[in-house]
Amino acid sequence: MAKVPLDHATVDACRAAAAAIADDVQRFIDRHTTVGIERTVARAYGVTGADPEGTPLANALVDRIHKAGHTGRGVAYFLGRALLEGASSAQEAAEQIAYGGASLDVEGGPTTHECRGALELETQRAIARMDEARRAREVFKARFPAAELPLKYVIVATGNIYDDAVQAKAARFAGADIVAVIRATAQSLLDYVPEGPTTEGYGGTYATQENFRIIRKAADEASEETGQYLAQTNYSSGLCMSEIAWMAAVERLDMLLNDAMYGILFRDINMERTFVDQYFSRRIVARSGIVINTGEDNYLTTADAVEKAHTVLASQFINEAFARRAGLSDDQMGLGHAFEIDPWLEDSFLLEVAQAQLVRQIFDKHPIKWMPPTKFKTGDVFHSHVHDAMFNLAGVMTHQSIELLGMFSEAIHTPLLMDRYLALKSAKYVFGTAKHLGDEIQWKPGGIVERRAKEVLHKAHELLVQVKGDGIWDAIGGGAFGDVKRRRTGGKGHAGVAARDPEYLNPILDELEGGR
Amino acid sequence: MAKWLRAYGDREGDGMVQMTFTLAILPGDRAREAAKRFAEAHGLKDPLVTTMEQCSQQHTYFVAYGHSAHQIDVDTIDVAELAAKPLSREQIEAMGKELGRKIVVVGACTGSDAHTVGIDAILNYKGFAGEKGLESYKCFDAHNLGAQVENVELAERAKALGADAILVSQVITQRNCHKENAAALIDLLNKQGVRDKFLLLLGGPRIDNKLALELGYEGGFGPGTKPSMVAAFVAEEVLRRARGKQVDPRR
Repeated sequence: MAKVPLDHATVDACRAAAAAIADDVQRFIDRHTTVGIERTVARAYGVTGADPEGTPLANALVDRIHKAGHTGRGVAYFLGRALLEGASSAQEAAEQIAYGGASLDVEGGPTTHECRGALELETQRAIARMDEARRAREVFKARFPAAELPLKYVIVATGNIYDDAVQAKAARFAGADIVAVIRATAQSLLDYVPEGPTTEGYGGTYATQENFRIIRKAADEASEETGQYLAQTNYSSGLCMSEIAWMAAVERLDMLLNDAMYGILFRDINMERTFVDQYFSRRIVARSGIVINTGEDNYLTTADAVEKAHTVLASQFINEAFARRAGLSDDQMGLGHAFEIDPWLEDSFLLEVAQAQLVRQIFDKHPIKWMPPTKFKTGDVFHSHVHDAMFNLAGVMTHQSIELLGMFSEAIHTPLLMDRYLALKSAKYVFGTAKHLGDEIQWKPGGIVERRAKEVLHKAHELLVQVKGDGIWDAIGGGAFGDVKRRRTGGKGHAGVAARDPEYLNPILDELEGGR
Repeated sequence: MAKWLRAYGDREGDGMVQMTFTLAILPGDRAREAAKRFAEAHGLKDPLVTTMEQCSQQHTYFVAYGHSAHQIDVDTIDVAELAAKPLSREQIEAMGKELGRKIVVVGACTGSDAHTVGIDAILNYKGFAGEKGLESYKCFDAHNLGAQVENVELAERAKALGADAILVSQVITQRNCHKENAAALIDLLNKQGVRDKFLLLLGGPRIDNKLALELGYEGGFGPGTKPSMVAAFVAEEVLRRARGKQVDPRR
């Protein structure tokens, strides 16, 4: 492979700085929980359904506990206590607490230890449900030949889950390996997960557990029909990061968009909330064998892709450090980056290749996620198609793992059936015609590509050292990533963060941490 | 004398156009004929179906070329063109100087829209494609509120900052939500009785000046808009109002 020279000492120093950055945050994470995490725990215990207004029972339950100021005890404590007091199931316990006005007095009553004991069977059942879904996915997937890299990833976004299912199957027919159902705009800001199948959404389709099932079924059918596996992905991000992770885990999704900082920067979700939520969501992801896709590509839509390329690399080190702390293995970390340099800049292709190659070598076991150009796309679909072809060429020659295919109509609308077909056709062509290009060439010593790779790594290291010194809370406050500035206590969802009580009970997390 | 426009391919008057579409039929002679008739129904003479490929379990993708018989009389076209002429940075700054104070501009992607590329390109210092945004001008005090800003919040901030102009960016267009959102802001400002305090501009990939005027804005900016175009429009209009003409005569 045409490698760029890599200064391993600098790479090690980057990892060490990222580790220190993540450790600082992890100390905070380990002392806090959120309403989102507690709703996830409730769902894991089988709490399901919604009231006639559509408020999920998990929300009604946790909201009542949160209002009473007891989130820090953990919803498991209250569910376990209700079981000890005669509730027949976690669902019945949840209904009693949410709707029946059961006492939330934490003085006296059973001990945390007793509540844990009452939930013992339920905890094992919850974990077994996740493990069984993972096993079922792996067994099914093993029936099909492994797809060639880069995996071809396309999105569908009709707003109607039943149309999405048809489009997902069509995508597999046309050659897709992975299908994502884009979420409805602003779902990341909803502090609940809607219930049931949905047929209305702007910019995409709501992520719900039932919608996950509908797409999984369609994807399985398409896999059978075409003899090639179709992987499913969705978004574990926003205020319901960990609930979505749980739903994805039990509904056999293959991948999840999941980033330690994306929500903070691009959805203005509170920093503390996001860091605490990403940890629990990633614990679930780790157990489920799901591959995450991180969102560094977004930095280059708000910041300049030439000047700020190193922020992407720095963030990848940070995402890796957080993911490791949540138990993910390297082959579950689809670190993201993108082809977003101004296409009219001379030698921009070489700069793109340099970064792609650098990332490939530093994260050599990771299923790197390569994102297409968007920022400089215009309504000229013909030119856009050429732009995407260059992106495909960079992707295949640097051995990227997961490639979200560019759409020639990127600047116009959510992809039409035909747009996806053409994207898949041209990717198939470029991936085939240049399959071994990267193996056959060498970069000119001291040339543009080598110099660029060296510069990006050097600047990423400088930034990581600076972020380590400032602490990530202040670094984000100063606009270190994506040129976006956020305050530690600002943003949405901060009220949903709670300090863990010394008696905090979360047997699901304990199980996922496996005696960490 | 009427100026008639026809599509120009290789020779004057040949009317050559290309069409790309999918039909819910599998490839075959019937499908090819269906595509040909579909093209003919759009006014293409002697259409040639140049591509016919199955693109899903039920659909076929076609490319067709043909001679369009249609022509357009340019003289009958009535389009509301933006009044602002292209101005240089110096000319814009000079207008700011004449005004004697900074022009306050507030911009946001409103409603559920999370796509800030457009508003960032116009407002942020960095700008887009080599041209810096309004933040880079001495005569502007630009505030970019970012994405997913509710109309109520935008109105409050505009009032609090004493904004001269409000820039609304709408990218997501599914089922016309961009129009509803944009119109709702006008309704809100009207209800609050402050509509005439602000110059209201709308931007986005599906926005043009005509649509913006219909929705009650003073101007609309579509794809390819450069920061200087918005800067010139705002500076001219604010200066004009400051000279005593309070309300845009076009409204």
